[in-house]
Amino acid sequence: MGKPILILFLLLSLAFLVFSSSIYKDDTVYEKKPVAYDAALQKEGRLIWQKNNCHVCHQLYGLGGFLGPDLTNVADKGYYYIDAFLKVGINSMPIFNLTEEESLHLFEFLKATNASGSANPKDYTILMDGMIVQK
Amino acid sequence: MKLTKNIGTLFLITALGLFAASIFFGFLASIIYRYPEFLKNSLGLIKLRPMHVSAALFWILLAATGSIYRSLDILTKKKTYPLLQKIHWGLWLLAILGIFYSYATGSFGGREYWEYPPVFAIPIGLAWLFFLITFFLKVKSIKKWPVYIWMWMTGIVYFLFIFIENYFWVLPYFRESFIKDMVIQWKAAGSIVGAYNMLVYGTAFFIMERISKKANTGFNTWAFALFFLSFFNMLFNWGHHLYLVPTNSTIHYVGYIVSMTEWVFFIKIIYNWKKQVTEAEAFYHYYPYRFILAFNCWLFFNLTLALFMSIPFINLYMHGTHFITAHAMGTTIGINTMILLAALFFFLVPKKEHHQSKFLNTGFWGIQISLLIFLLSLMTMGFIKSIWFFEEPQALFADMMERMKPFTFLFILSGMSLFLSFLGVISGLVYTLFKKHS
Ligand code: HEC
Repeated sequence: MGKPILILFLLLSLAFLVFSSSIYKDDTVYEKKPVAYDAALQKEGRLIWQKNNCHVCHQLYGLGGFLGPDLTNVADKGYYYIDAFLKVGINSMPIFNLTEEESLHLFEFLKATNASGSANPKDYTILMDGMIVQK
Repeated sequence: MKLTKNIGTLFLITALGLFAASIFFGFLASIIYRYPEFLKNSLGLIKLRPMHVSAALFWILLAATGSIYRSLDILTKKKTYPLLQKIHWGLWLLAILGIFYSYATGSFGGREYWEYPPVFAIPIGLAWLFFLITFFLKVKSIKKWPVYIWMWMTGIVYFLFIFIENYFWVLPYFRESFIKDMVIQWKAAGSIVGAYNMLVYGTAFFIMERISKKANTGFNTWAFALFFLSFFNMLFNWGHHLYLVPTNSTIHYVGYIVSMTEWVFFIKIIYNWKKQVTEAEAFYHYYPYRFILAFNCWLFFNLTLALFMSIPFINLYMHGTHFITAHAMGTTIGINTMILLAALFFFLVPKKEHHQSKFLNTGFWGIQISLLIFLLSLMTMGFIKSIWFFEEPQALFADMMERMKPFTFLFILSGMSLFLSFLGVISGLVYTLFKKHS
């Protein structure tokens, strides 16, 4: 019994490695909205998002914590709107003392998430096979 | 003390401490959902949630590790490689102390479920490497592997791989495309759960084999078929987290199709129902079994929820809502924690007579009932949010949160009773443990 099990184990592992590496190498640009952002700065902004734990309360594409709203498309509301929340806080959201540079990087990141598409469930249609796609 | 001599036992006791910490932080965190100013200027959700989640995650990992070490001692009838095991434990201790110190001082930098500064991934990764080496050295002497050893091996090897994948974002290359980064993040988040589930399910299998004293169940064809089905799902079903993320549709379809194979588990559970009932009659009074029985019921509950959530057009209505929280907490508590509590009773207080007490019985039932109310209130909150998503015109976010209030309150209350019931069971366990050793 041992050998067929080992072979099956290795075959599945191989398939996993092939699938994974195709994902790592994929350089397609998945963007649905014409929003311009600085590609280098958004990478930094991602780290600001992490260092300040925004995901504890907020979601990106519905993934994250649920105390605050989804922020995938919040960049539509503009830099000053977001900056005001960071400076003042609201309900359980604390005041974040970000430097201006950090705020700007964070905003570039939120522009990048916004460019990628809409996280609003209303913007999806249901296909015949049960799959959903963004309109 | 005699208890800490065996490193497997030391892992189990450390895990128990983390579990107590996790439910305590979780209880504090839940209050913030109703009283946003609670502890806002000291801890706040920003610190409490990582503390709660990391402690819960480490409880599962360490309790599974301890159970595997103890099981291997039983299986090989030898206590080998104590030094490697000690280093393994020491690395974990280092990581845990550093991580909680960082949280307390407000230093983060990681991602959801792993919020600590990424340098602490190094001791964890090294600890895991020691685990892997010790495991292979220990199982060398076992010629024919029963299914649970396959499960442990798979869980240990893949955890290490996925844990590294979980840190790809440290390289700027992987942050170039937000969508690709997000896909890899949730690919890793999804399959790492599958990896540690392998450790936990393997433990459940081992314990059940010992309780029922049927030594050949570990070589059963069905057992191997289900192992491969879980392995297959661990590798390929994570796409169901990403239906809303606009990426390559292959990822969505692979996730969808692979997830649907899990209906086999669903049918198998129903099919085994009768056997389960006879088994329950025979072993109900034995504590480890009782927690395994509870796990079986919660597995059914959570699997049903997960199966529906994996159908994209149903997922559209549940994603981004507290249904996800119900799913995550339902599985960590109902599945992982029930099995690991069974393991703690099984390995730490092996004698049957220690198990019966009114106190423990109350705790046990307190847990089951509170958990049900807890999950149902989360699901109702999810339902309210889902309606809000699609309503026209859409009310303000704050107004929607206001609609949830009665259920938020129920969530906090049942959470409190869950916390107290767990505390009861933990103290009952610690009490019998000390009585036995003094
Ligand atoms: C402790 C929880 C918490 C954390 C952490 C948190 N927020 Fe918030 N955030 C909230 C809550 C609650 C709201 C308000 C919802 C309401 O009542 O409208 C909010 C609102 C916002 C809004 C306004 C959204 C809108 O559409 O009106 C923005 C922007 C925002 N947060 C950004 C951030 C950023 C950026 C971070 C990380 C630096 C962050 N938040 C961290 C809880 C949090």
